[in-house]
Amino acid sequence: MSGSPVAAAGDDRLAGWETVVGLEVHCELATATKLFCGCPNRFGAAPNTQVCPVCLGLPGSLPVLNRRAVELAVRVGRALHCTIRPSTFHRKNYFYPDMPKDFQISQYDEPIDVDGYLELPSGRRIGIERAHIEEDTGKTAHLGGGGRIHGADRSLVDYNRAGVPLVEIVSRPDMRGADEARAYVAELRAILVASGVSDGRMEEGSLRVDANVSVRPIGAERFGTRCEVKNLNSLRSLGRAVEHEAARQVALIETGERVVQQTRHWDEVEGRTSAMRSKEEANDYRYFPEPDLVPLAPDEAFVEAAAAGLPLMPADRRARLAALVPHEADGLLPASTADQVATTVDLGLDDLVVAAMACGADARLALARTANEAAQTPEAARRLDPQAFARLVELEASGSLSATQAKAVLAELLAGGGEPEEIARRLGYEALGSGALVDALDAVVAAHPAEWARYLAGEDKVAQLLTGQVMKATKGRANGKAVAAALAARRG
Amino acid sequence: MSGAGGPRPGAEGLSDAASIASRVRSGELRAADVAEQVLGDVESRDAELHCFNLVTGEAMRAAAAEVDRLVATGADPGPLAGVPVALKDNLCTKGVPTTCSSRMLEGWSPPYDATVVRRLVAAGALVVGKTNLDEFAMGSSTENSAFGPTRNPWDTGRVPGGSSGGSAAAVAAGFAALALGSDTGGSIRQPAALCGVVGIKPTYGLVSRYGLVAFASSLDQVGPFATTVADAALLLETIAGHDEMDSTSLGGPVPRLTEALRSGVDGLRVGVVRDFLADASADCVAAVRNGADVLSRAGASVEDVALPELLHGLSAYYLIAPAEASSNLARYDGVRYGLRVDGEDVEQMNARTRAAGFGPEVRRRIMLGTYVLSAGYYDAYYAQAQRVRTLVARAFARAYEHVDVLLAPTAPSVAFPLGAKTEDPLEMYLADLFTIPSNLAGHPAMSVPFALDGQGLPVGVQVLAPALGEVAMLRAGVALESGATPGARGPVRPGAVV
Repeated sequence: MSGSPVAAAGDDRLAGWETVVGLEVHCELATATKLFCGCPNRFGAAPNTQVCPVCLGLPGSLPVLNRRAVELAVRVGRALHCTIRPSTFHRKNYFYPDMPKDFQISQYDEPIDVDGYLELPSGRRIGIERAHIEEDTGKTAHLGGGGRIHGADRSLVDYNRAGVPLVEIVSRPDMRGADEARAYVAELRAILVASGVSDGRMEEGSLRVDANVSVRPIGAERFGTRCEVKNLNSLRSLGRAVEHEAARQVALIETGERVVQQTRHWDEVEGRTSAMRSKEEANDYRYFPEPDLVPLAPDEAFVEAAAAGLPLMPADRRARLAALVPHEADGLLPASTADQVATTVDLGLDDLVVAAMACGADARLALARTANEAAQTPEAARRLDPQAFARLVELEASGSLSATQAKAVLAELLAGGGEPEEIARRLGYEALGSGALVDALDAVVAAHPAEWARYLAGEDKVAQLLTGQVMKATKGRANGKAVAAALAARRG
Repeated sequence: MSGAGGPRPGAEGLSDAASIASRVRSGELRAADVAEQVLGDVESRDAELHCFNLVTGEAMRAAAAEVDRLVATGADPGPLAGVPVALKDNLCTKGVPTTCSSRMLEGWSPPYDATVVRRLVAAGALVVGKTNLDEFAMGSSTENSAFGPTRNPWDTGRVPGGSSGGSAAAVAAGFAALALGSDTGGSIRQPAALCGVVGIKPTYGLVSRYGLVAFASSLDQVGPFATTVADAALLLETIAGHDEMDSTSLGGPVPRLTEALRSGVDGLRVGVVRDFLADASADCVAAVRNGADVLSRAGASVEDVALPELLHGLSAYYLIAPAEASSNLARYDGVRYGLRVDGEDVEQMNARTRAAGFGPEVRRRIMLGTYVLSAGYYDAYYAQAQRVRTLVARAFARAYEHVDVLLAPTAPSVAFPLGAKTEDPLEMYLADLFTIPSNLAGHPAMSVPFALDGQGLPVGVQVLAPALGEVAMLRAGVALESGATPGARGPVRPGAVV
């Protein structure tokens, strides 16, 4: 991949060091039923009510692959520019009470999606090594002992989640620091939601992230020894955990110690990672091909049908929007504009901007009003009539409305719809178009003869005072630009 | 002979399934009377034989009443109407304990029926009960049952074979006209041979495994026991066919098995697996040679074929089957069902439960399988065994370019005395030397009772066929049956054993 490394800004502990991050993201697929049985795939039901012999792993039960889950995994692959290949399932064997069969059916050396990438809003591409299908485990609640299995007085297991379909998306170690890791997850989340693959709810566990973190001196070629950090339940946890873990590793190395490759648990309350008990990680998973399932070899027709109707991905939408906005002389977008493009796409408002431009609206102004104002109420903004929005932008661009006025009219449009001209009239802005402004100016000139004389003598800065007086007299309804123009015209 | 001598069946004995079904369907025989005869017989004689872990008398009577009601109203009671059937106790039965003859599952009742059980019940069969087996189907004598061994009805001092020894013995004793077993490395065919009944291991995928408690998933297959080839074909036809609950179940129509029975063997090309003969007893070799003569006289062509690769199947099997078993049996951890022995923490609870719940042979195979799949050993053992499996399949394919079916001994010897091989697992494993290759290749094979040895014990002959070659296999099976020594097959009659 390309792009310059991003130093960890604002964290002195990491000065001179580069943080390298690779992420493993588990995404629950938004299927109606579980991966290998007909039980509902639904969050929040009473414990152990969404279960059957298959997802409970009862003796004699057998898995049957959910076709829809495969279709969604194909969509993930397409959205992440992966190659979609024939694949097989393996058993990953380890004992844990939340796993009904004491093995997990997963894809191992032949995953369905390989070799893709994800493009961040910054333009950097993060490599996707693979995405594979697997089943989720149940959930364990440990009573006493700090909520972890060791030291708990007793444990309860809810198997509703057992057998829920997941894709595990494994990135290459291409991210450089906590901010980029967060940007990756945010972008991935947007892609998964856009693809109709996931609801993207991190708080409900629909999206779960493990981070592989290592550090190396800036400029070094070789990667440092990595640690895998688990229990990251939000973008905030991810950012904090990566920063903490990187700082921990740097501190170790700087005091002459070595980083030991291990799995570490992020403690959100303490704000630190700690090594998991070796028993919890020293697993030999004894992978072998799952004999109860046949190899998965989706043909081209299946893949095309599954991928059909995939909408434009966020990166494509950003590119589409950016292409419509004037660029600088060097061919680049100003940073602020790029941010507006990212925000607009992130909130799903790019269609509004594009449609408004098609109606003749000024591109930069339409984008600014969308990203800065409409973005405050994205739900309402998505319902906005693009034509009305385009006319509003034009009223502002032509000077008929001031920026402040345009924002007020936009707020009304967002709140209840309607026609911008009519709203402007109702708010009294339209009345100042000609006669009212002249009247107000007459009154101000009459009331401030000395200042008017200085202005006529060429003292330009007095214009500001006079304009302010006009604004005051019109209770802010006048357009500042129009007032300035009227003053200049009267001076001759 | 040792033991208590030949058992005494009911006054009239139990006739074959086709006759029972025909008479029940016509109203000539009441299913309720069949049920009472069988239950009385089991009550009086099974204490000694221990074919059954559980007799489901009340359910059987209810099923019989329903069959009689259907007959009385003129409705179709099904092709197996009123036929008593025994189920190996590793087939799930809704609300009825399914133990796999293990302390681990003692008292556990599945909330669902295996697909084969549903099909049997829908066909009007009467389930007598759940039959004994080697724990989790691991063994060749039914001595590995946590609930004690089953005895061979021909000689109660001898084993019935295994692991489906209870099912084979139940049919041989006349407790059921039909039985279901499972065959992972010979667990239907070997006990069929040792008990003088017909046993079929179908093509992998022909019969649904849904509800069969898994031992080694890539090898397991449910199949029938019967006293006649025709009955075995009828039962197989009833349970075969695609099941959407089993991803490895084959699509497509079920071969017309019962129609094959009248086709004869004229023109059938038969190969005798020469490589097996050196490792079988003289009686078993003689049965194969005489069987070949019977087929030849009936119009088949017979030749010897060399398939030395098949002898390597045993070693491959004892890597692959334990590997899959170690994973399949991991779920018996004390958390959800079955036995739980408490511990200080979850790992100790798991370990204590498994130490207490599994018998020595199951523990041995789990340890072996765990080792085989371990990092660093996988390629040397599991992957190598899979390569051998491929070689076995290729050897079969080579043979089937020239022949339609193969003939071989089912087992190296007749039924051996109880306890004769329990001290030496390897000696016990050799009992499956001739049956394992068909499981590795996924091919069908059957054992046909053909002769009696000098002690009056039954000797079986095995017919092997390529995948979905059941029709050719059954044609040969019927011909062998018609040329068999009189009295070589169950149900055992008084005085049959000298």
